[in-house]
Amino acid sequence: MDLERIRNFSIIAHIDHGKSTLADRILELTKTVTGREMRAQVLDSMELERERGITIKAQAVRVTWKGHELNLIDTPGHVDFTYEVSRALQACEGAVLVVDAAQGIEAQTVANAYLAIENDLELLPVANKIDLPQADADGAARELADLVGDTPEHVVRVSAKTGEGVEAVLDAIVERIPSPSGDPEAPPRALVFDSSYDQYRGVVAFVRVVDGAFRAREDVLAMAQGTRFETEEVGFFSPTMKAADSLGAGEVGYVVTGLKDVAKLRVGDTLTSQANPASEPLPGYKDVKPMVFAALFPTDSDEYPQLRDALERLRLNDASLSYEPETSQALGFGFRCGFLGLLHMEIVRERLEREFDLDLLVTAPTVAYKVTTPTGELVEVHNPADMPPERERVDEPYVRASIVVPKDGVGQVMELCNDRRGRFDHMEYPSPERVLLIYELPLAEIVFDFYDQLKSRTSGYAGFDYDFAGFREGELVRLDVLVGGEPVDALSLVLHRDEAYARGRLLVDRLREEIPRQMFDVPVQAAIGSRIIARETIKAKRKDVLAKCYGGDITRKRKLLERQKAGKRRMKQVGAVEVPQEAFLAVLNLDDGKK
Amino acid sequence: MSGHVRHLYVHLPFCAHRCGYCDFVTVVGREGQHGRYVDALLAELELERRLLAGSVETVFLGGGTPTFTEAGSLARLLGALPPAAEVTVEANPETVTPELARTLREAGVNRISLGAQSFQPDLLRVLERRAQPDVVRRAFYYLRDASFDNISLDLLHGIPGQGTAALELDISQALALGPEHISYYELEAKPGTRFAHAHGAELERQAEAMEGYFDVVVERLTGAGYRWYETANFCVAPEQADGRDLRAQHNLAYWLGREYLGLGIGAVSTVGSERRRNTPRLAAYIAALARGEAPDREVEALDEATLARERVMLGLRLDGGLPFAAAESSVDVSALDRLERLGLATLRADRDGPTTLVLTPRGRRLGGAVTVDLLA
Repeated sequence: MDLERIRNFSIIAHIDHGKSTLADRILELTKTVTGREMRAQVLDSMELERERGITIKAQAVRVTWKGHELNLIDTPGHVDFTYEVSRALQACEGAVLVVDAAQGIEAQTVANAYLAIENDLELLPVANKIDLPQADADGAARELADLVGDTPEHVVRVSAKTGEGVEAVLDAIVERIPSPSGDPEAPPRALVFDSSYDQYRGVVAFVRVVDGAFRAREDVLAMAQGTRFETEEVGFFSPTMKAADSLGAGEVGYVVTGLKDVAKLRVGDTLTSQANPASEPLPGYKDVKPMVFAALFPTDSDEYPQLRDALERLRLNDASLSYEPETSQALGFGFRCGFLGLLHMEIVRERLEREFDLDLLVTAPTVAYKVTTPTGELVEVHNPADMPPERERVDEPYVRASIVVPKDGVGQVMELCNDRRGRFDHMEYPSPERVLLIYELPLAEIVFDFYDQLKSRTSGYAGFDYDFAGFREGELVRLDVLVGGEPVDALSLVLHRDEAYARGRLLVDRLREEIPRQMFDVPVQAAIGSRIIARETIKAKRKDVLAKCYGGDITRKRKLLERQKAGKRRMKQVGAVEVPQEAFLAVLNLDDGKK
Repeated sequence: MSGHVRHLYVHLPFCAHRCGYCDFVTVVGREGQHGRYVDALLAELELERRLLAGSVETVFLGGGTPTFTEAGSLARLLGALPPAAEVTVEANPETVTPELARTLREAGVNRISLGAQSFQPDLLRVLERRAQPDVVRRAFYYLRDASFDNISLDLLHGIPGQGTAALELDISQALALGPEHISYYELEAKPGTRFAHAHGAELERQAEAMEGYFDVVVERLTGAGYRWYETANFCVAPEQADGRDLRAQHNLAYWLGREYLGLGIGAVSTVGSERRRNTPRLAAYIAALARGEAPDREVEALDEATLARERVMLGLRLDGGLPFAAAESSVDVSALDRLERLGLATLRADRDGPTTLVLTPRGRRLGGAVTVDLLA
């Protein structure tokens, strides 16, 4: 296909603003499927998938509109997810930005718009749900125009539900979104923007071809990893998998690699031909660096291999997930994982627990710190326990937070942001009732309970999203928790000096409540370096006896002791102190208790 | 042909009233059945007699309220039981009359375990005990008058509403009677019982204060010259009792891991590698034995390892501990090491004798936790 006739785009929207309905309508209108067929086909293919255990889902659907090939690239999985959106945007030249005309722009709309603008995408603003009686299409158009720097007249007004205006969207895609650039004659290059795993066909890569073309039965090289394989099939989704002779420059589709090892092909890699290799991998796909870190431990230490396998599987679809083994004397063997943000962490954790049936202990999330040592060395620290004792300066990541809040909640939110070391940037009034606040906040302040606090202070009405704004110096200390004089590695924290006392006190108090009394006094301390800033003592038990034990009781008492013994085996050992898993959980979930 | 068992337990389940905190197998009322029950006991004795050694060391009649059993039936039972060096009967104070005391003494009973529980009227009421303090004391005197020279008082600490002062008073009033032996138990409010329901909240409120009660009991009784020979049991030391060993010999047999035969409903026997428990159902028990058959029993096989663990669990309750050789296989050596360092347990090498594993006084106060720690 001639590059001029190709358009690659995504739909981005705040949750429930109508992204999926608009996509469905586009499939119908382009006769990719009829409404009835679509349902039937989707059902059929789901059944097939069930039978074969395939988990492939359409990541990019090809439709035809007035002689043009339009590739609708799904922002995969969880829509409420900036980083996944950003990944899909790498494969596009434009994005349809959908706003519910009854709701107006939301925090996620703003963050997604910023993201698209940063990726040099052409934004096509759409006010959706104009059929709703409470819809304010003019208002939404004005907000959208302000946001993307356009005129309200340029905002397409649609009802994805009734189909009204959807043709205009398709026309606008053809007219306003640029065609892909690329060289059909150059050595082939394709960006892997997502992938999936089929137990029969191995790794299936979703690609955006930039130069040249890819065919089946061709020897291919993944440039970053050096993995070599022969393509088994190339094709596209319309909406089910359709094999094609080739995928040419500017096109979007899939490549069946036959690779059985999920680690061999990473999202973000560039594919090229072994016979006619490109000299440079594709530029512009910058390696997203994990910003939030937490260690994951299986509750049952026997599940460590399952956790390792599960992380490996997740990583196939998620190049941004990083992990390395970590051993904690208190929690055993686990992994320190790097995430792009909070939602990413939550989703990974949820998928591990739901899809892989793992029971996990997750340490308090921490962020990536850049530490300058007195010798001038620059170290990046992902684990509070690794924070060097001698530090010249520490830089921490900041985010630019977009918070949309009803106007009477502004004071509360500003107070929260100020409490969290936020720097006010500016304020906008997208509509008379709502305020958009832009703050710069240390990411570390957000990873604790910022979102919960925000929700509770605005009765759930505030919307919140963020993107990264770089590193800034901070006055940070490492807080250690000692039980029975032994530091509990998994509980170390890095935080702002001003917060250390309150948090240390909270940790110590909670641990004192949660750790059962032992046969000796157990001091519980919070310390910065060698300085103890909070201390409690768990007093030794004075008495622990089974009252009577005569003939008839012996079996029962023995079984009682054996049960206690089994309970003890489940305890985690910190020095001589036995700490129940629940105590760690209670401390690691400290923020839950504050809601 | 005779067996090896030298300790015989006989269960007499009848009670005038079931106390709220009680978790023994008891039967309230059914006065008409006492005679038939004793017939059944004697029939069971005949069935099991082959297990008993030629000479039996201890006989213990427990309940229920053995002394509530109709007098003629009780006398008939006592007359038919094998003679033993220690014959103990549990008695509730309100059932003790001069006649009963005499009858028991004449029937060969030489030790009484008197269920006093407390000397405080309000606490006795909480426990639903019928005897008032005066009745307890009078029962004690009747027994002395019948020349019982080995009387044990059963007492409870941790009763809902019991303050430290009341505890101290109980101890003083018990000591004033000069019993040879005192069993001092902590009240256990078994979850789900009527008692736990009525007093659970109160007990929880008092939990922290009550943790110190055990210490008070140990200190007061040992201070008064009693030997704290088992976790909850105290006896006048031999040097103050003309050299008599006043430990409860029957119960000591349990703690030393000896074999014992139990007769009656709910009674437990441990013989060889088997522990069995008779049916707790009165009618079924009587009916089976009336047919000349053994009652229904739950049987538990005990392997060597289990028996060894039990010996440790029981032996650690005693002030003399247990021979380390008997414990070694079931003890976690690193835990022992840790407990020694904490001053909770110790290995005592007696001159020429075997090494014993014994808990220190503080270790005995934490006996449950220490045992859990020690068991491999």
